[in-house]
Amino acid sequence: MKKTGAQILCESLIEEGVEIIFGFPGGALLPLYDTLLLYPQLRHILVRHEQGAAHAADGYARVKHKAGVCLATSGPGATNLVTGIANAYMDSSPMVAITGQVARPFIGKDAFQEIDITGITLPVTKHNYVITRVEEIARVVKEAFYIAQTGRPGPVLIDLPRDVQEEKTEFIYSGKVDLRGYKTVFRGHPSQVKKAGKLINGAVRPLIIAGQGVVISQAYSELEELAEKTQTAVVTTLLGIGSFPENHALSFGMLGMHGTAYANMAVQNADLIIAIGMRFDDRATADTKGFAPQARIIHIDIDPAEIDKNVSVDVPIVGDARQVLQSLNKEVNEMKHEEWLEQIIQWRQEHPATNIREGDELLPQYVIRQIYEITGGEAVIVTGVGQHQMWSAQHFFYDRPDSFISSGGLGTMGFELPAAIGAKAGRPDRTVWCVAGDGGFQMTMQEMATVVQDKLDIKIAVINNGSLGMVRQWQELFYERRYSGTQLWNPDFVKIAEAYGIPGIRVGRKDEVISAIQEAMYYPGAFLLEFVVEPEENVYPMVPPGLTLSKVMELPEAAQSKMGG
Amino acid sequence: MVSGKKHTLVTLVEDKPGVLNRVASLFRRRAFNIESIAVGQSEQPDLSRMTIVVTGDFAQVEQVRKQLDKLIDVVKVSDITEEEMVARELALVKVKSDISNRSEIIQIADIFRANIVDVASDSLTIEVTGEEDKVDSLIELLRDFGIKELSRTGRIALTRGGRGSAK
Ligand SMILES: Cc1ncc(C[n+]2csc(CCOP(=O)(O)OP(=O)(O)O)c2C)c(N)n1
Ligand SMILES: [Mg+2]
Repeated sequence: MKKTGAQILCESLIEEGVEIIFGFPGGALLPLYDTLLLYPQLRHILVRHEQGAAHAADGYARVKHKAGVCLATSGPGATNLVTGIANAYMDSSPMVAITGQVARPFIGKDAFQEIDITGITLPVTKHNYVITRVEEIARVVKEAFYIAQTGRPGPVLIDLPRDVQEEKTEFIYSGKVDLRGYKTVFRGHPSQVKKAGKLINGAVRPLIIAGQGVVISQAYSELEELAEKTQTAVVTTLLGIGSFPENHALSFGMLGMHGTAYANMAVQNADLIIAIGMRFDDRATADTKGFAPQARIIHIDIDPAEIDKNVSVDVPIVGDARQVLQSLNKEVNEMKHEEWLEQIIQWRQEHPATNIREGDELLPQYVIRQIYEITGGEAVIVTGVGQHQMWSAQHFFYDRPDSFISSGGLGTMGFELPAAIGAKAGRPDRTVWCVAGDGGFQMTMQEMATVVQDKLDIKIAVINNGSLGMVRQWQELFYERRYSGTQLWNPDFVKIAEAYGIPGIRVGRKDEVISAIQEAMYYPGAFLLEFVVEPEENVYPMVPPGLTLSKVMELPEAAQSKMGG
Repeated sequence: MVSGKKHTLVTLVEDKPGVLNRVASLFRRRAFNIESIAVGQSEQPDLSRMTIVVTGDFAQVEQVRKQLDKLIDVVKVSDITEEEMVARELALVKVKSDISNRSEIIQIADIFRANIVDVASDSLTIEVTGEEDKVDSLIELLRDFGIKELSRTGRIALTRGGRGSAK
């Protein structure tokens, strides 16, 4: 029996195991939306802006370890997706984005809502397609999911003209893809693995830097085995958080611009860096010329183009983190590095990073810590971008995978709420906290309607510091406090939530924090807490731009003396 | 990207719409100037061969080669700069010429084994093939007469010897 293009698309998605589509309709998608009614197993979550659909698909992908799907109409619908697609591209998140396109006879005529979305997304997709015949749909969907989810994951876009959705053909779904130009290497080259093993066995001050690649390949136990067998300290990148339990004795937190001083000191003094699934991003390495000056570097990554891109390395191993670690673990000896570990522990004692200043003020760090305490560390924390993001990274201790969802590479304000929607839709069994900046929240807060319409139990903590805090911090530190364009007039967030049907509490005092978080947790549904925090609180430690990781700027002395446990 | 030497990248790409755009866009994004790019059919019916000349140091070109290799439509890409290769370019040059200097120009063209492909009362069109140096020298000599129009194809190249680079 012949089926329409729209039916074939839906059935192909079902073949790929898709359960949820985040989307927003329009003229070019009318046939597809009509057909969606025939496939109730494809749950459609209607967002309020297509950017939200893309971020939700991204958040979903990160907790499910499979491609998230978003759908938008042609023209403005498609362009609204772009930020979310770029975000997924920078953070290697698997995504299949489907856009409607004007009917084929109108293509190239500047028709109503015609836009060259494949041209626009060329540099921010792993690959993209324009479907020109109904016979191509099944193959293209198969390829799109394969490309999005294998190797280094990423977004793939499919542009589907309206008339193709109505054309008919036989539906045949092949289990095979034939892409001669697409190759991924999964196993590391054995001789490279041997070389790496030798370096590790000879190292005196080794250090593992774990990145998101460990999370993507779910190489958690392999990483733990390597660290434990060789007694090697582990630091993570921002998106590597969750790759190694932070309560582990060998865990020393995050490195980089806002990493712990001791993690950065360990990097700068190590004689061997084992970098796994990370790409030497400038926020992690600071000035690359002075990065890990004493160390030889082993770099394990699935993307050959990451090798020697930012930092030149001694032993590259191209492959999937999990498979490479499995073979590497056989090459390494059981070792002890007591003196070196003692040294890092001593640095940690001298430069504590997890203490929170005592006093009566309501500090954002304290809010994050209490969310950690009250959720027993089990929550998925989804953040926006800015100071609250860094405090969320620093003051919640991530002991399990897929618990910290954040926009790393693109640094997209407004990511928090829609990504939390995706995470909660994908993992309804987990507690999801959206930690939002008062600035970023206002970029996508209309998605509260989506939260309510789809009955998603998301707890929202708006960290209201009255400013675009991270930018304000830079203006304070590097522009003599000339605050330009960073002070925010804010609406009443609790009232806004209420207008959406989400109950909320404004918290202005430290002694109200615990009971408010508890109330949010007890409430059976979405809940918003607005925390009115110290407006001029800064994120420390910090490596000022252009300097090396050795130049960590810590909390000013005066404040430090007030530190408590 | 001005430092470094000229590199010749040879790629086999799917013969599909938009592929040239994907390749060109990648060079632009990585801030590489393409000196020349030549595209045409290869020995395989559904693959095109592109010859791309870029300037850069080894690490930069290697980075761009790896990025190119990641494009799904790029089936194979090699930097053949260090290999023995045959490289050729074709140029068409329309030179100002009248009865007074026509034979002089034809003589120069002969030395370069170039062909006269069109003759008009006030111009001559010359077709020359060879390595870039040779094409450059001929063009230099012809400048004295006044070049009305010039069109160069950019380099195409294959490695020498029996080994095919296709598979
Ligand atoms: C879409 C977007 N625009 C601008 C920026 C630049 N930027 C980075 S952090 C930041 C401030 C964020 O403010 P807020 O959401 O209130 O978070 P805070 O830093 O105060 O915690 C800005 C403007 C960005 N990252 N993303
Ligand atoms: Mg703020």
